[in-house]
Amino acid sequence: MSAVNPGLNPSVVAEPIAPPPVVGEGALPSDKVVDAAMGGEPMGRSVSAALSSRGGRWIVYAIVLFWTIPTFGLLASSVRPENDVKTSGWWKIFYDPSFTLDNYESVLSSSPSGGNLGHFFFNSLKITVPAVIISVGIGALAAYAFSWMKFKGRDWLFVIVVAMLVVPLQMAIIPLLRLITGGVHIGTFTIFPYLHLNNKVAAVWVAHTCFGLPFCIFILKNFVSSLPKEIIEAARVDGAGHLTVFLRLVMPLSVPALASLAIFQFMWIWNDLLIGIVFAGPQNRPVVAKLVEVSGTYGQSWHLLTAAAFVSMAVPLVVFFALQRYFVRGLLAGAVKG
Amino acid sequence: MGDVLGAFLTVVIGLAILAGVLGGLYGLTQFLPGAWRERGQVAVFLVPTLFLVFAGLLVPAVRTIYVSFLDDPGKKWVGLDNYEEIFSGPSTRLTVFNSFTWVVFGTLLVVIVGLAIARYADGMRGERVAKSLIFIPAAISLAGAGIVWRFIYAGPPFEVGLLNQATKAVPGLPVSLGGDGQKLWLVERNIGALTPPDSAPGLNTFLLIVIFIWASSGFATVVFSAAIKGVPESLIEAAKVDGATNRQAFYKVTLPYIRATIVTVATITAIGGLKAFDIVASTTGGNFGTSTIANDFYRIYFVQGRNGFGSAFAVLLFLLVIPVVVMNRRAQLRAGEMLA
Repeated sequence: MSAVNPGLNPSVVAEPIAPPPVVGEGALPSDKVVDAAMGGEPMGRSVSAALSSRGGRWIVYAIVLFWTIPTFGLLASSVRPENDVKTSGWWKIFYDPSFTLDNYESVLSSSPSGGNLGHFFFNSLKITVPAVIISVGIGALAAYAFSWMKFKGRDWLFVIVVAMLVVPLQMAIIPLLRLITGGVHIGTFTIFPYLHLNNKVAAVWVAHTCFGLPFCIFILKNFVSSLPKEIIEAARVDGAGHLTVFLRLVMPLSVPALASLAIFQFMWIWNDLLIGIVFAGPQNRPVVAKLVEVSGTYGQSWHLLTAAAFVSMAVPLVVFFALQRYFVRGLLAGAVKG
Repeated sequence: MGDVLGAFLTVVIGLAILAGVLGGLYGLTQFLPGAWRERGQVAVFLVPTLFLVFAGLLVPAVRTIYVSFLDDPGKKWVGLDNYEEIFSGPSTRLTVFNSFTWVVFGTLLVVIVGLAIARYADGMRGERVAKSLIFIPAAISLAGAGIVWRFIYAGPPFEVGLLNQATKAVPGLPVSLGGDGQKLWLVERNIGALTPPDSAPGLNTFLLIVIFIWASSGFATVVFSAAIKGVPESLIEAAKVDGATNRQAFYKVTLPYIRATIVTVATITAIGGLKAFDIVASTTGGNFGTSTIANDFYRIYFVQGRNGFGSAFAVLLFLLVIPVVVMNRRAQLRAGEMLA
C-alpha cells in the first residue's frame, strides 16, 4: 500500500518487507497485506509478538456477539410466521421453532400490499452490472491515457479528475439531474440536448458512472502506471498501436486491479440509496430504495420488513462471502476514497 | 422471463454501441496525419472521462454553489441569506449540531472499536472468523443497516425489540430504562402530543450513530489489522526486551507506528458521518430531532422543492469536508516526517 501514490497517501498500510517484484503488484495491496487484514499471519513478525491476551479475547467475543446478533435476528425473524414475529422475540426460535417462507412470498408477490420486491431486485441488477462495466471500462481507458500517452496538460487533468474525489455527490446531483431531465439551454440555443432519460435506468448508469469515475481512475492509474515500462515500450516499438497495447497487454495484466475495483464498485452501487431514489423513476428503483419506501408503507407489518430487508441484502452478502479477498483489497486500496 | 431476456439484450446492445462508437472513432484517427494521429487517439481515450467529469461533476458543483446564493425560484441574488437561514432556524441549527455529533462520536467510536478488535484479536484462535463476522455489516447497505436496527430498538405495541426483551430480563431495572420492556427506544413515530416532529427526544441521534458505528467498524478493523500486522517484529521485541508490557508495547510502539493509518481511517469515517443520509432516511426519516445536513439537503430540495436553500446544504457539506481532508493531509505529512 505504501506504493500507492505517495503524494496523496504515504502509508495507509506500511509494508515492512519489500514484496517480490510481481507485475503490477506495487500499486495494489499485496496478497500478504490482504491476508493480514483478514486476520491471517502477521507480515513482519512471529505470532509470539502478537498483542492478544486473555482479557482481550473476551472483549473480542463480546464485540463479535454484539455485531452478529442484529443480522442474525433479522434472518431468524424473516422465517417466522407473522403472529410469532409480533408477539415474541426471534430467540424463541431456539426453544419453540416455527418456520415459514410466507413472508418472502408476500414481499415478492405483486399484490398491492406485497411490494413486488422481485421486480426491484431485478432492477438492482439492471442498474448495477452495466454501471460497474461502464465506470470501470471508461476508467481503464483514462488510466491508460494518463499513464502511457504523452500530451500537454496530462498531469493537470489527472489532478482535476482526482480532486473530484473530495466533492460530495450532493454538490453535483441536482444540476446533473437537470442536465439529464432537460438538457442545457441558453434562450433558444441548446448547449446540451434533452436526451429523454427521465427516470430511465440509463440515467442511473450515467449518474453512477460520473460519481464513481474519479475513484476508478485513481485506483487504476496507480496500477496501470506501475506496469513495467519495458514491456509497454517494446510493444510500441514493434509497431503496436495504443488500442492494441491497451487491449492485449494492459488489460490482461490489470486483471487483479480490475477485479477488486469491480467488486468494490458493485457493492457500492448495489447498496446506494440516494442516486437510486433521485435518478430512477418509481418503477426503475433499485431494491435498496424500494426497501426504504416499503419500510414506511408496511407500517407495523414487521414480518414483511424482515423479509424485504433480507432480499435487498442477499446479493451483497453472497458477493461478500464468495469474494471477500477482492472486496478487502478494494477497501484497502480505497482507503483513500473520501 | 421475456422481461429478463429483453433487459439483458438491451444492456448488451447498449454496451456494444458504446464500445463500437469509441472503436470507430479510434479507427478514424488512423487517417490523421502525423502528430494529429496521436492527439486524436488521446482524445478517444479521454473524451468519455473528461465529458463525464466536467459535465457531470465539475460544472454541476460550481452551479450548485451559484444556486445557493439565489432565492428558491432561482430569480434573485440573495447573497448569504440561505446560509443565514440554516444557522438561524432552530430546527436547521439542530441539524448542523447533529451532524457534528455524528462526526465526533461516530469517528471516535469507530476508531476505538476498530483498534480494539485489531489489537485484541491479533494472533488469537479464530481470528479470521471473528474478523469476518465483524466485517459482515460492511456488505450491507446503510439503509439496510437502519432496518436491521429498527428491530433492536422497536417498542410497543409489538414485542419485536431485542433491547426491550433484554432490559425486561434485568431484575429491578427502572421503567425509564426499559424495566417493563415497553420502552420506545428510538422514537420514530408520534406518541401522543409528547413528540412533535422536530423536538429532540434525548437518545435518538445517539441510537442512530450506534448503527453507523456498527456498519463502519468492519472497515476500520480490516485496515487497522493490516497496519498492526505490518509493524516490524524487531520494534516490538526490542520494547519487550526493555521490559515493556503488552499494553506499553501497544501504546508506545504500535500506535505511533500506525498513526498515518489511524488518521486515514478517521478521515474516511468522519466524511461518512457527515454524509449520513441512508441510516436517517431508513429509520426516523429525519424526524424527532434526528435530521443531519445530508438528510436536510434531500428533504428540503427534493421533498420541499426549495432549490436555493437546499443547495446551501450541499455547499455546507462540501465546506465541512474540506477541513477534514486538509487535516488528514497535514497529519499524513507529519506522520511521514516522523517515520523518516
